Amino acid sequence: MAFRQKHLLGIEPLHPEEIKTVLDVADRYVELNRQANKHSDALKGLTQINMFFENSTRTQASFELAGKRLGADVMNMAMQASSIKKGETLIDTALTLNAMHPDLLVVRHPHSGAVDLLSQKVNCAVLNAGDGRHEHPTQALLDALTIRRAKGRLHRLNIAICGDIAHSRVARSNLILLGKMENRVRLVGPPTLVPEQFREFGCEIYDDMREGLKDVDVVMMLRLQKERMDGGFIPSEREYFYRYGLDAEKLAHAKPDAIVMHPGPMNRGVEIDGTIADDINRSVIQEQVEMGVAVRMAAMDLLAQNLRASRETSDQGVMV
Amino acid sequence: MTIFTNARLINPETLTDDLGWLRMEGNVIAETGTGTPPRGESIDCGGKCLAPGIVDLGVKVSEPGERHKESFASAGRAAAAGGVTTMITRPDTQSAIDTPEVLEFVRRRATEDAIVKVKHMAALTKGRAGREMVEIGFMLDAGAVAFTDCDHVVEDTKVLQRALTYARSCGALVIGHPQDPGLSKGAAVTSGKFATLRGLPAVSPMAERMGLDRDLALIEMTGVRYHFDQLTTARALPALERAKHNGLDVTAGVSIHHLTLNDLDVGDYRTFFKVKPPLRSEDDRLAMVEGVASGLIDVISSMHTPQDEESKRLPFEEAASGAVALETLLPAALRLYHSGQLSLPQLFRAMALNPATRMGLASGRLSEGAPADLVLFDADAPFVLDRFKLRSKSKNTPFDGARMQGKVIGTWVEGLRVFEG
Repeated sequence: MAFRQKHLLGIEPLHPEEIKTVLDVADRYVELNRQANKHSDALKGLTQINMFFENSTRTQASFELAGKRLGADVMNMAMQASSIKKGETLIDTALTLNAMHPDLLVVRHPHSGAVDLLSQKVNCAVLNAGDGRHEHPTQALLDALTIRRAKGRLHRLNIAICGDIAHSRVARSNLILLGKMENRVRLVGPPTLVPEQFREFGCEIYDDMREGLKDVDVVMMLRLQKERMDGGFIPSEREYFYRYGLDAEKLAHAKPDAIVMHPGPMNRGVEIDGTIADDINRSVIQEQVEMGVAVRMAAMDLLAQNLRASRETSDQGVMV
Repeated sequence: MTIFTNARLINPETLTDDLGWLRMEGNVIAETGTGTPPRGESIDCGGKCLAPGIVDLGVKVSEPGERHKESFASAGRAAAAGGVTTMITRPDTQSAIDTPEVLEFVRRRATEDAIVKVKHMAALTKGRAGREMVEIGFMLDAGAVAFTDCDHVVEDTKVLQRALTYARSCGALVIGHPQDPGLSKGAAVTSGKFATLRGLPAVSPMAERMGLDRDLALIEMTGVRYHFDQLTTARALPALERAKHNGLDVTAGVSIHHLTLNDLDVGDYRTFFKVKPPLRSEDDRLAMVEGVASGLIDVISSMHTPQDEESKRLPFEEAASGAVALETLLPAALRLYHSGQLSLPQLFRAMALNPATRMGLASGRLSEGAPADLVLFDADAPFVLDRFKLRSKSKNTPFDGARMQGKVIGTWVEGLRVFEG
């Protein structure tokens, strides 16, 4: 099955075969990215605009690099500094940009659902680079690719997602994706940060980290999202590290070949011990960054193919 | 003198629904019966339903301050078209209705422009800020029928206790919004699987019971007459039942949206479904319907809240709350009739008789001497709602495109026909 989506707004709308398609294409881009000549013409002539309504260094750089390697004209807009400060609404911003005929819009926004809203108002492909606490699909896809390459498969694995689940769009996208690919997902963390409702998604919930990590194949750590907290979720960072920080002793409960992941940026000494993060035998954190560029290239390539196909069938030259 | 013949008389006092006739003399109902109607000028109702006009407790007309969202003229037309003959308006305007002078202004505007009856509620505290009580005595003299800070919960219990004590001494009715302000802060939806999936800030349904429990304690302490504007969760009902059983002077309402929609209706962040309190689970909805059927919940309101497109075309968290409902209250309520959950007299007990009684109005009934505020409607007529055909200035209805049943044929206010469908 090919990739049929017009936008990449989340993992939820994707069929497992579509996820597989993205990962297969991304595998090819991993190879390309390791060549001396990293250039392809997949997005030649297309304009990619990165709109980040929320601070980001890594994701924005990754999308920018992905676009440039595929030959797109890439523009970054730092939206916090711009028109919203002057009172423009999200939809007006979208309409203004739409008038400039972009082909790919990469959007990050602090509110859940904002990227969906924007996608309804524009004639181009929209990629969600993170909306509030809702979804961050390319992060889940790059995590999936990292797991598939490290473990040789992306099904029937025991995966623990640990830490601040409540505020994390990464956790949501990941647990939806891993569920679709038929893995067993456990959520580990203090009950203030792991809402009970996640049980209804078929996850097991642990508030004891050692129990939660027992015999897992993959340990995904999440960043404590201090900027999304309005206080009082945990008593202190040192107690959090003591009970839920990943160190060698807790990791010993996982399978001996378990890999350690983190979407970055890390708070060393808060959710993860520095020596674990740097252990090249266990940590795949650097690979995740590498896979990020490849997955974003794959996603934009596939969306651009659909965009071109739909424009060919339409008289006006816009999507129908 | 006019005689309505061949009508299904929906009588909320006797809870009957019989074919009969009604004689109107001037501006009052003179007589009803089931046999051969008296002679005289008559309107053949063709077997359709004739009920007391709806008394809608908690309508927001956006005067003063936001007349572009809704005026007394547009709200009046919407009300008449929806079978609402009395609007009891909320004080959560810009600025709040918290002085006799502002109350005087809205009363004059309503008298000039609205084609249905309008009664006004006033704020309980100045600016609805929860710090100082308003001039309850003066406002009562100026015509306020109740005092409420609407969705602003008075957080300081000492302030609330004093306001309730003072209100009791004046005999005033106070209306509260049962909600724990801390738990519900910043929430856009009800917590649950759906909220978790959508990543929206959520409030536990328990926040409503906590607010209810606190207010009940203060009601017991002060002896004030009190009405809860909206109860929406199953867990709040036993506490209400106990309070009523123990003889506290309390009543409670529910909005039509909480009776007919649930949290899943928000779907892909549809902001027209954002209301306050947020839509609840299906179990909660069914419990509220049962509450209305048993009479534990006294009042069904539209909670008509006009919002312009700009305040709704925003990311869900940022979008304004509220929905217009004057025109959709009746057809939405009829969904519960067609589903067999509530009878028509039960519906009109909650939409007309109870709110009128609680507000000290003589309307809301079909009995002799009551004002001739009437609605004639076809409970079965189907239609698809087009929000741009609504008479409200604002078109923010969650029922856009919905298949509904129930069309108003005519609305009479004190014997005068104000709507012809």
